[in-house]
Amino acid sequence: MSHVAQGRGKYGFIAGFLFAPLALYLTFVIWPYVQTFGYSFTNWTGQSPTFDFVGTDNYAALLKDEVFRGALWHNLLLLVFVPLVTILLALFFAFMVNAGGRGGAGGVQGVGGSRFYKVVYFFPQVLSLAILSVLFGAIYRSDEGGLLNGFLTKLGLIDANHPVEWLNEPNLVLWCLLLVVVWHGVGFYLVLFSAAMQSIPKDIYEAALLDGAGRAQTFFKVTLPLLWDSVQTSAVYLGIAAMDMFVLVSTMTSGQFGGGPDHHSEVMSTVLMRNFLYFGKSGYACAMGVVMLALTMILSVITLRATRRERIEF
Amino acid sequence: MSMGSIGEGLGRRDLIKRSAALGLITVPTMSFLSACASGGAENSTKGPAKAPVTKENPFGVAKGGKLDVVVFKGGFGDDYAKAWEAAFDKKWGTTSSHLGTQEITAKLQPRFNAGNPPDVIDDSGAQQIKLDVLAKGDQLADLTAVLDAPSLDDPSKKVRDTLVDGAYEQGLQGGKFVVLKYVYAVFGFWYSGKLFKEKGWAPPKTWDEFLAVCTKAKEAGIGGLAHQGKFPYYINVVIMDLIAKKGGLDAVKAIDNLEPNAFEGSAAALAAVEAVYEVVEKGLLMPGTNGLTHTESQTAWNQYKAAFIPSGSWLENEQLKQTPEDFDMKFLPMPLLADSKMPLEAIRAGVDEPFIVPEKAANKAAALEFLRSMLSREWSTIFAQQANSLTVVKDGVDPGVKLRPGTQSAVEALKAAGGNTFSYRYPDWYSEMDTEIQNASNELMAQRIQPKEWIKRAQAAVNKAAQDPNAKNNKRS
Repeated sequence: MSHVAQGRGKYGFIAGFLFAPLALYLTFVIWPYVQTFGYSFTNWTGQSPTFDFVGTDNYAALLKDEVFRGALWHNLLLLVFVPLVTILLALFFAFMVNAGGRGGAGGVQGVGGSRFYKVVYFFPQVLSLAILSVLFGAIYRSDEGGLLNGFLTKLGLIDANHPVEWLNEPNLVLWCLLLVVVWHGVGFYLVLFSAAMQSIPKDIYEAALLDGAGRAQTFFKVTLPLLWDSVQTSAVYLGIAAMDMFVLVSTMTSGQFGGGPDHHSEVMSTVLMRNFLYFGKSGYACAMGVVMLALTMILSVITLRATRRERIEF
Repeated sequence: MSMGSIGEGLGRRDLIKRSAALGLITVPTMSFLSACASGGAENSTKGPAKAPVTKENPFGVAKGGKLDVVVFKGGFGDDYAKAWEAAFDKKWGTTSSHLGTQEITAKLQPRFNAGNPPDVIDDSGAQQIKLDVLAKGDQLADLTAVLDAPSLDDPSKKVRDTLVDGAYEQGLQGGKFVVLKYVYAVFGFWYSGKLFKEKGWAPPKTWDEFLAVCTKAKEAGIGGLAHQGKFPYYINVVIMDLIAKKGGLDAVKAIDNLEPNAFEGSAAALAAVEAVYEVVEKGLLMPGTNGLTHTESQTAWNQYKAAFIPSGSWLENEQLKQTPEDFDMKFLPMPLLADSKMPLEAIRAGVDEPFIVPEKAANKAAALEFLRSMLSREWSTIFAQQANSLTVVKDGVDPGVKLRPGTQSAVEALKAAGGNTFSYRYPDWYSEMDTEIQNASNELMAQRIQPKEWIKRAQAAVNKAAQDPNAKNNKRS
């Protein structure tokens, strides 16, 4: 058999294996995207199979849509704060749990009771977002029956007749939601970073210890550089979560698919859903979907590029 | 229950289901449906042999057939349907099968597609199959025959003459009567008869009296008005009803018909919004009520933490478990502003809970007879007792029957209202406008905007809706 024929046979063999998954992927992943893209140029209502082609009208309207622009701004705000706060907290806890303690024999270990903390920190991750929204709904409840309000009233910090309407305050609502996301995420990233930290050879720490490095120095000079890959991945994941936020916003805040009060907690996905299912503007909603897809992709590329640095091997 | 669940959104799962259904499945289903349609003719013989049509049996129900009933098991439960089926089986010797479920679409879509749908369906709840979709697919049987059949209570009358206003119009799809909306709801304030008796408060007739009771409540250490703040739909009931009663039906039509002076320049609208705002300004709201869900605020009200709450007549059944035995729930028509055009007794009333018969039902005759029976006073009373709600049958509850206090007071209010009922269409016609007005109301209740700003925002929402292509078709006179 000639070289060429052999090559063809090999590629044919591989292609045979690739064809089925590729076809499935194209049908169920790529094709819906293409469809969404197509629908975004129509005035489809979502309730009927007939629609007209309207060109780029939807995109032009999107540029003028203040609600959507506000939502985009909120997403960007979350995009900065969700990864930043979550990763910083997770890194801090992970470091304390794994390398923050000072054992009597000079070994590297976590603070006392670190095994216990590791398990406890992971708890929030076990809860689904639906349960979480009920749980925090009770915490943020706007009358004195709410955990926060009850607590603050008992302390005499707020008047029982004027409780804080946490999720109904335009300036508080987004931060209240941010807290839930961070609370939920820290445990998982703590475990992720812990795993990464445990794979760092102990002798590096011991060497640092012998050289007289303190906790902060050990962290910034040894741990963080060696964890950079994990941090980078986490940032992308958290960034994507910050671009979504649908479940929490739609269940916890007021309005059809959430976003209240008066659009102050609106994110792109809630605006999209409201237009898609409630206002019967599905073509318009598809245009939003396309914008979200584009933004998410740009975001991932930027994050991976911007955080690229030399890989440290050990 | 569809009316009570107005504020609850659809999950993303539904979006996926729907977009999958629309985007991927429509094409294959269409051919599948047409295949069924063409094969349907042979299937129609599988039903029971038809009995001769008589005056007592206008649809020719054959004795001893089968009847397949599916009902939405929501706020009204499904005990009423079981009682109906037992009564039906007894009379016609049929064997009924019963399914009470919340997953209407999941359970029924495959059956519609396969051409073997049930005979009677209560197509309600968050997962209802959209009625316009069914109607366009020719899946709904024409129910005009039921309207024209003699009423069971008085054979000299046609069924259509025993229905409340609006039941016919709101059952039309493309000009054909295919949906029987069975539940009749009245809207207004609710209070505890026990609390009012204890405190010696009289149910207010005017807005000033209403404010006075709220003030007394505040002095007694409880909230005046509670509302379902997370869903501003409910406080809009108060605002809109005040507008209607002060400005008369013309004010209602001006809003529904999207007129340029529906809110701006309307004295009735400004007076109504200012009246509601007065409650806020004077601190007569139950503390924290602006952020509560419907169940949270209603439960607080059931715990005597507020004097009044606005809602529709599904409230009693919705709160059944949270209501103390001696609470003595009472309905209160919206109190009057000065110089109101409508009388105190006037109330907002609407129909809901759609019952349908599929075009391809195996036992259509029995299904139509079932619907005719539903519109009898006997079955209507069963519903009022089991589901604690009114039906579209005029005067449809046996006066000798003991109802729960809330339902009883709603029946009395309805009787007192007589022809003085009104309803708004804009929430069904223009959901975007409705949402924007709700947002404005939420801001008003939180004291972040003033009545004048509310009027401005509401009018802007109206003007925006006027650009909707449907605005031409949605006119009322």
